[in-house]
Amino acid sequence: MIRVVIAELRKLRRPTLLLGTIATVGGLSALFTSIIFLMIDSENGNSERGERVGPEELSQAMGLVYGFRLVGVFLGIVSLCIFASQTAQEYSLGTLRNLLVRQPSRMKILAGKFISMKIFALVMVLFAGALSILISFALAGRANVDTSAWTTSAAMELLFKSTLNIFIATLCFGTFGMILGLVLRSPISAIAVGVLWNLILENILAALIKSTGKWLPGTNFSNLGEGGNPDLTYRHSLAVSLGYLIIGGAISAVLFKRRDVAN
Amino acid sequence: MEKVAISASDLTKIYGERAALSHGNFVVPEGSICGFVGPNGSGKTTTIRMLLGLIAPSGGTATVLGESISHPEKYLPRVGAMIEGPAFYPALSGRENLKVLAELGGFPLSRVDQLLAKVDLADRGGSKFKTYSLGMKQRLGIAAALLPNPKLLILDEPTNGLDPSGIQEVRGIIRDLADSGTTVFVSSHILSELEMICEYLVMLREGKVIFSGRTQELLSGQKPIIVAKPEYDVDLTNLAKKLTDSGFNLSISDGSLHIEAAQEASATINRMAFEAGITLASISVVLPTLEETFFEMTGDSK
Repeated sequence: MIRVVIAELRKLRRPTLLLGTIATVGGLSALFTSIIFLMIDSENGNSERGERVGPEELSQAMGLVYGFRLVGVFLGIVSLCIFASQTAQEYSLGTLRNLLVRQPSRMKILAGKFISMKIFALVMVLFAGALSILISFALAGRANVDTSAWTTSAAMELLFKSTLNIFIATLCFGTFGMILGLVLRSPISAIAVGVLWNLILENILAALIKSTGKWLPGTNFSNLGEGGNPDLTYRHSLAVSLGYLIIGGAISAVLFKRRDVAN
Repeated sequence: MEKVAISASDLTKIYGERAALSHGNFVVPEGSICGFVGPNGSGKTTTIRMLLGLIAPSGGTATVLGESISHPEKYLPRVGAMIEGPAFYPALSGRENLKVLAELGGFPLSRVDQLLAKVDLADRGGSKFKTYSLGMKQRLGIAAALLPNPKLLILDEPTNGLDPSGIQEVRGIIRDLADSGTTVFVSSHILSELEMICEYLVMLREGKVIFSGRTQELLSGQKPIIVAKPEYDVDLTNLAKKLTDSGFNLSISDGSLHIEAAQEASATINRMAFEAGITLASISVVLPTLEETFFEMTGDSK
């Protein structure tokens, strides 16, 4: 399986994908973090849904990861797109047959792909986190934010937890994308369905039928990235997310193993 | 007894109501070059995919290099294949594409540059696959198939898109491999190419194997044609009538009579022409080509 991981990483590190992802993730991270500090005095707010986060709040340990946490859900969407396209393109390009001739164990191919994309997602999260923190430090002075609490052990613990949570959320979104890629076998369809579902349909559904909100996959994946909240606990989101991913993963793995490779 | 590289016994694949391959029985002797021919949709690619473990048969069995196709992991490390044209990652270079497959199969990366040189892509190995011409893509596909230094090479239309010199190069590669003991199972639409290099043939029609054996056996089993060309074109119909009246089956093509008859009939035809006052500019006996035999057996029209 290590051979599959190495081969997959060679595909993932191609300049168009790697640089494109770094540019996207870097851009998002820079944008969200900058808005918090540069629009700190804006009456329209500087955070989610027009909320205002002031210097006092940002001067606490949490201020270190505020921007990073905001960008978390978008990292999930980027990850969904990458996992979906990397999986589905093997069908659309016809390259799956080459892979299976060189590595007949379909489960090893699937596991190797998953592990390599996990590594890619980890690099993506770490890069976004590092950039967000750098920008936070760079803009803190301008926004009159005291950064002394950002170097305490509490801040480091928060940073570690936030990184881990965002990574878990990113993996959940990515796995969701991979399942769509395996089922739909078309990168465009898989990405379109995944993005539409998570960014639009879930919100409409949750608005129409309030009780569905806590059971929807995207809502729970995002909640994992945010570390949970009083209305939707981390434990609940973890259980729901695992449920979706285990069932979806099992169905797609069976399809991948048994389905004829006829294109 | 001849060792076999591929053996299919009642191999069947059914899609819904349609049998893509029905009870296919054939063998490919080890070390041979075996052509795989049949009209489009006759089941060639389906058969190749079953042999490579990509699709599961609906019935029957087959072995490849002595192992059942239900365990492709036992023989695929010794098999090279190019199926239905070259499929690679467009954004990766030719070299990177080969490295992906080399890493996957556990082959030394040093083979990549050797193979790029072998298929005349050494100077374009660093270019992205999407910038390759059809011929270059095809050559990269052949290089990928050669990665494992295969005991069995399965090629599906390897000369598609190649220019005449490219076709000659591929023919040379196939011959070199066969000389070194590799079995080559190759499908192609260019039947004259197959006739030149294949000692064995498997012929399909509508999902059924209609011939499996030596190429020579197939061709020698066909009726020879006597081609007679009168000195003057005006004598063509006159001679044709005389021969038809005497019970010969014939057709007129390119100013010549094509008469279905054994070689011994040449003297009779020559005499009949002489008696009718017709001088023959030439008379020769030709065996049908593989292409003509193929069209006759498959019932396909040119």
